[in-house]
This record gives sequence, C-alpha cells and structure tokens, in this order.
Amino acid sequence: MSAMDTLWSALEEAFRLIGAADAEVYGAAALSLGVSLAAVGLASLVGVPLGVAAGGSHFRLRPLILAILNTLMALPTVLIGLLLYVMLSRRGPAGALGLLYTPWAMVLGQFILAIPIVAALSAAAVQGADPRVIKSARTLGAGRLRTWLTLASETRLALFAAAAAAFGRVVGEVGISMMVGGNIRHYTRNLTTAIALETSKGEIALGIALGIVLMIIALGVNLAVQAFQQRSPLWRRSTRPAT
Amino acid sequence: MKRPLCLLLVLLAGCGDGSDADRAAPGTPRRLRLATTTSLDNSGLTSVLLPPFEERHGVRVDVIAVGTGRALQLGRNGDVDVLIVHHPEGEAEFVAAGFGVDRRPFMYNDFLILGPDGDPAGVRNARGVGAALAAVAAARKSFVSRGDDSGTHRKERALWKAAGVGPAGSWYLEAGQGMGATLMMADEKQAYVLSDRGTYLAFKDKIELVPLHQGDPALRNPYAIIAVNPARWQHVNDLDAMLLIGWVTSPEGQTIIGDFRLGGERLFVPDAVPETE
Repeated sequence: MSAMDTLWSALEEAFRLIGAADAEVYGAAALSLGVSLAAVGLASLVGVPLGVAAGGSHFRLRPLILAILNTLMALPTVLIGLLLYVMLSRRGPAGALGLLYTPWAMVLGQFILAIPIVAALSAAAVQGADPRVIKSARTLGAGRLRTWLTLASETRLALFAAAAAAFGRVVGEVGISMMVGGNIRHYTRNLTTAIALETSKGEIALGIALGIVLMIIALGVNLAVQAFQQRSPLWRRSTRPAT
Repeated sequence: MKRPLCLLLVLLAGCGDGSDADRAAPGTPRRLRLATTTSLDNSGLTSVLLPPFEERHGVRVDVIAVGTGRALQLGRNGDVDVLIVHHPEGEAEFVAAGFGVDRRPFMYNDFLILGPDGDPAGVRNARGVGAALAAVAAARKSFVSRGDDSGTHRKERALWKAAGVGPAGSWYLEAGQGMGATLMMADEKQAYVLSDRGTYLAFKDKIELVPLHQGDPALRNPYAIIAVNPARWQHVNDLDAMLLIGWVTSPEGQTIIGDFRLGGERLFVPDAVPETE
C-alpha cells in the first residue's frame, strides 16, 4: 500500500469509526477526555494560584522558582510514569492504595505533568500584565491576596490559555498512560495507548484514524472553551477598555 | 554514501538495480535490515549470533525489534530485508501472498504458564496446557494477556481455542503491551500469564511469579527466517539476506544457538533441517 493510500484509508477509517459509534473507540475517547479534563482541572486549582503568586510578587527566590517551573515543563512523560510506577507498585510506598493500572493513576500522572505548565504559563501571564494593575490595587489599599485576585482577574484569558495548553499536552501524552494505566482493554486503554498498540500491530491506518479522532476531541474542547469565553458576561467585560 | 540517495530515488521513481552496484563497491559497509521480535532481541541471542556473521561477510545487520505483526508489516512494505519471526500461520500467509521467499524454520524455544506460587486455580496439577487454561477460566482467576496481536498473543489465543474456552470477563485482562510490561502487570496483579522462556528468564529476579506449567509440546515456539521477496521490492538487500539464512541454518550457526545460555539455562533448540530436494 502506498503512503497516499494509507492516509486515505486512515481518513476513511476515522470517519467510519466516528459514524459507526464503535464502542471500543468511544470508550477510549471518553477515557482520554475524562482523564485529561480531570487532570487539568485539578492542576489548575493548584497551578494557577501558584503561578499567580510566583509571578505577581517579588521575593528573593522568585527567579529560581520560575526557572524551576520552566524546567519542570520539560519533564518527560516516561519519567513521570516511571516514578509513579515505583510509588504505586505493590512493593512501593503507596502500593496499598491499589491505584496502579487504574484510570486514577493516569489522572495522577497527567496532573503532575500539567502543574508546571499551568503554573509557569500563569506566572508568565501575570508578569506580562500591566504593572499599573498592581500599583493601583496597592494604592486602593488591597492586601497581597487581594492584589493577586485582581491580577488573576485581569489576566484571566491568558490563564485560560495556560489551562488549554496543559490540556493539549496531557491529552496527547502516551508515556504516563501506558506505564501506570497499562493499556488494559475496556478499562485503561485511551486513544494514545490505542494508537501505540495499533502501531505495534502494524495497523497503521487504524492508528492514524484514532489520532484523527483525538484531534477532533481536542478541537471540540477548544471550541467549547471559546464559546464559553464569548458567552459569559464575566469574559465579555474584559473587552472593554481598562478603567 | 550513495545508498540513501538511491533509496530516495527508488521511492520516487524506482532507480532499479543501480543499488546492486553500490552494494558491490568495495569499502562500502553493506547493511542488512533485520526485523525481529522483541522477545528474541531481548534474549540476547542476536548479539552472539550476528557478530560472527557480520565479520565474515563485512555486512552490518541493523536489528529492528518489533512485534511479529509489525515485523510482517515491515516486510510487506519492503522496509526491511529479512525477518526472524515466530508465527507459522502468519508466515505461511506472508509467503503465499508473495511477500517473502526462502522461509526456513531454524530453532524453537518454548512458552510457559506463570502464576502466583499459591496457585489458586490449581494449574500445577492440570494435565496438559489445555486443562491448565480451563482451570484458570473455571476459577475466574486473573489472567493477563498480551492482547497486542504479537506472536505470543496469537499463540495464547490458539491455546485457548484448543482448550475450548473463549476467555472473557473481568478476570481476563488484555494489556496491549510487550512481554516485559505484561509480566510486570501480571506480577502486580498476582495473575496467571503466558510467557516465552527468554523474557521469563530475563525477568525472573524482578517478579514473584513462578513457572506452573511447562514442557507440553503444544507450548513450543518455532522461529523461522524469511527473506523479503526481491521480485516485489527491488531495493531489498536479498544477497545478504540469503547469506544470513545460510548462516543461521549452518552447523556453525546452529551450534551458537544451541550453546546460548541465559541465566544458566538453555533457551533455544536449533532444528534447521538440511533441505531434502
């Protein structure tokens, strides 16, 4: 089969899979979406405050913390998977929890992957904010926490972009899912581990088709985020000139 | 040096047998691309069987270790020159479809059923591998399958079929991963698992599972070497592929295979038979 034939049959296969409501593919897609949304949601709860605090205040260790956050963005997924495996293994310190080879282990791993991304991009967002925001907040008598809240509110579009970037990273990762999820059929097999499996089986067209399904999901999530931003009055307010 | 360019030309327009001239050029190290299974490559046999061949013929063998399904696919696409795989039915299909030539079985090793020492399903006392698998299914004790369409997975499916059991249910876990990862998962879950002996020996010290069933002739794992058909893909290095087939089936090659030890245990039994024509 020529390369073009492979690509064409992959495209056909992708739409056939979507149209046929193939239970296996939908299961893998639902797992990819659920695990990654949960991981990014949790990572945002931790990472946004961390990033805003680090980016919005001045202290001696700040450059070091920001450098560490940026470096952690390069954490290889296979390393996170490996470390988590050691922790969660039956012989590991957290083995009694029985989390290894469950979707929860995948959430935990992707959560760790997402935190530095959310935090570092949040820090960059508030650092890029108009410095007058901090000044005026301070002048109006805001404390440190109040100033951070104001900063976060002023940069909320960029903070949302940070979460979206993290989602893009985690939904496409395969190392963590494979190692601590285990790619168990009907249980921990998501789209990326399914792609890895089909590739190892030589089912190239099916692998690419699953990749197309993954990209359609990512597109759907990003469109949903956009629609939410445009509808919500909270977001619309930000288009007004700053007062 | 011209070879990558030539390969490119082959892909674009088919530069034909110009590549033969390149290969014959003295001083240019020839390359032979061998697709084989991860289980064979992990065993370490390739690293003692191939160097004497490379030295004698001045060829470099590039080993591409993948699953049997993927290896056959690489052969179908002409991405490799020669294959060493272990799935007789798949091989027969591959040759019948004109993708491969000169298939020669040349050795075998065997599979074994591993499980927790406590053996909750009573596999140890089962008579024959069929009865052993039926016991696991009847007890609904966890069994981890490769689930990746590899040679080992295909073997496992054939064994279930022969045992008259269609494995399904929450006790039957399809890992969709390589042998090593599957063994680790079975160990974590204290489950039963079918493994090739080579991978088991390599993981012996890392897992608690023990061999519970072995020696049944149905558990044999025959390996064959196949050249990719040069009539279908002009660019394949079929001369060196033929030399390699000659090497692994020669008395010398067979001796290396028979003498190979892993963890003090003999792993492969050479069984290349002289051609009877």
